[in-house]
Amino acid sequence: MVEPLIRMTNIRKSYGRVQALVDANFHVNEREIVGLLGDNGAGKSTLIKVLSGAVPLTSGDIFIRGKRVNLRSTSDAIAHGIETIYQDSALVTQLSIARNLFLGREPIKPPRFLNRMDQEAMNVVARDLLKQVGISKNIPPTTPIGSLSGGERQAVAIARAMHFDSDLIILDEPTNNLGVAETQGVLSFVRSARDSGHSCIFIAHNIHHVFQVVDRIVVMRRGKVVADDIDPKKTSVAEVERVITGMSDKEIHDALVERTKRHD
Amino acid sequence: MLLVVEIAVFWGINHDFLSPQNISNTLAFTVELGLIALAMTLLMTSGEFDLSVGSVFGFSPVLMWTLFNSGLTSLEAAFAVALVVAAFIGLVNGWFVTQLKIPSFLVTLGMLLVVRGTALFVTNGFPQRTWSAEGSWLAEALVGDFFIGPFRIYMSLFWFIAAAVALGYVLTQSRTGNWIQAAGGNPSAARARGVNVSGVKIGLFILSSILASLAGVISSLRTSAANPNSGTGYELEVIAMVVIGGTALTGGRGTIIGTVLGILILRVMRNGIVLIGVPGLAYNIFIGAIILGMMALHSWLERRHQAGT
Repeated sequence: MVEPLIRMTNIRKSYGRVQALVDANFHVNEREIVGLLGDNGAGKSTLIKVLSGAVPLTSGDIFIRGKRVNLRSTSDAIAHGIETIYQDSALVTQLSIARNLFLGREPIKPPRFLNRMDQEAMNVVARDLLKQVGISKNIPPTTPIGSLSGGERQAVAIARAMHFDSDLIILDEPTNNLGVAETQGVLSFVRSARDSGHSCIFIAHNIHHVFQVVDRIVVMRRGKVVADDIDPKKTSVAEVERVITGMSDKEIHDALVERTKRHD
Repeated sequence: MLLVVEIAVFWGINHDFLSPQNISNTLAFTVELGLIALAMTLLMTSGEFDLSVGSVFGFSPVLMWTLFNSGLTSLEAAFAVALVVAAFIGLVNGWFVTQLKIPSFLVTLGMLLVVRGTALFVTNGFPQRTWSAEGSWLAEALVGDFFIGPFRIYMSLFWFIAAAVALGYVLTQSRTGNWIQAAGGNPSAARARGVNVSGVKIGLFILSSILASLAGVISSLRTSAANPNSGTGYELEVIAMVVIGGTALTGGRGTIIGTVLGILILRVMRNGIVLIGVPGLAYNIFIGAIILGMMALHSWLERRHQAGT
């Protein structure tokens, strides 16, 4: 059997007496986009935070290509090739596109003791990357992030993950607050990331966005992974919704009727 | 532009405003406050500020002269000790802010009281006896003066220019500058990229303390005085200079050129207001009002700029 890119086994995470993750098992294969779904409080965010090094796990193991790793911080995770892109929070709005792309890994011009950034080289790479992720408008790499739209910011963050060869790009609600055209843009960046050899975890409230782009859907409920091999091509949105809520069609119908009655 | 208008107005009212003597005097004091403002620009760009700089400005020369007068050390060694102590004060500020996560306002306010209190306690509140430093190479290097035509120029002007060039370079060209701006703009994003945000901030607290100390020593050598109360209120004037220069109080954005202009605008204003005959006791009213006016102008320009993009 081929070892997956990421394998998380029996992950437990508790905040005091609250069990956020209960023996969760999860994996991502190479060159695969996984859609991670679940209701609020299902444990998706916690699972992602554990994987991105933002919170420590209580127990369980994480393997990257079969090798056990210990992710103590976000920079640990980045060093292991796991990049997380949160809506709006991964970039410094005051800095330019190029400076954001290279933040923390700025190329230095010789002589090194002057600690001088090679801004021309940064701009050249940035211009290339913007083209690669398909930003069609002609945006110079010296533009501050603050004057980009939400979709363009996501594109810059994805471009950064691609450039630094992250194996896994985690996108947490990347299509929130985006218009229709921008959402389509982000979805195409995700596809181009996979086509160039990266894996992605895609988390979104909007199931329709997830269906458009992922290879496999994983559903979490109450801290557990309850389904991890849903093929979006062979499954309907309604079926996945049932798995998410854990209710049968009749139960969903009854709940709706009950709620309508209460409102009357 | 503002600076030019200011100079023209003051000169129009009192021609002495542009006399060589007045320019020399204004410049000498301006660069001392200016040194602190330069370091404060970097610190504020990283999202923090330091209220203890005025007290360090007063304390450092007191410490230096006390050590020297007691015969314990040479003047040079006393100077070095003063700088090291200032660096330590900056380190403590930075440690409290970054490790205990206490806002810099509270930490440096506390430090202001500790340092000022120490200066007063050590001296019993009296100015220190200051030995005429003439002939010492240290004094020559820091505040030696010479004349260019009718203008009396102090060496401290060159230290100020050197510091402005060096820190301007750091902020705009160096990798450290990118980290400083990122630390102020979005610390969690910077941290996620492996930037040592705490390290950057601690370093800048140390820098601001050291430059405040250097400015205090320069000032005391120039005026041959070491008063434990000197520097009172400088912290706010320095912050005003930096903010007028366009550095965001919230961090993430700042320029050294802006600060240099901010320094000149405020100092020229102070000097000009006295020369055109505003009563001494009233002049803080003017300064305060003009600061408010300038901030309003700033915010208006900023909004107009944003609307345009």
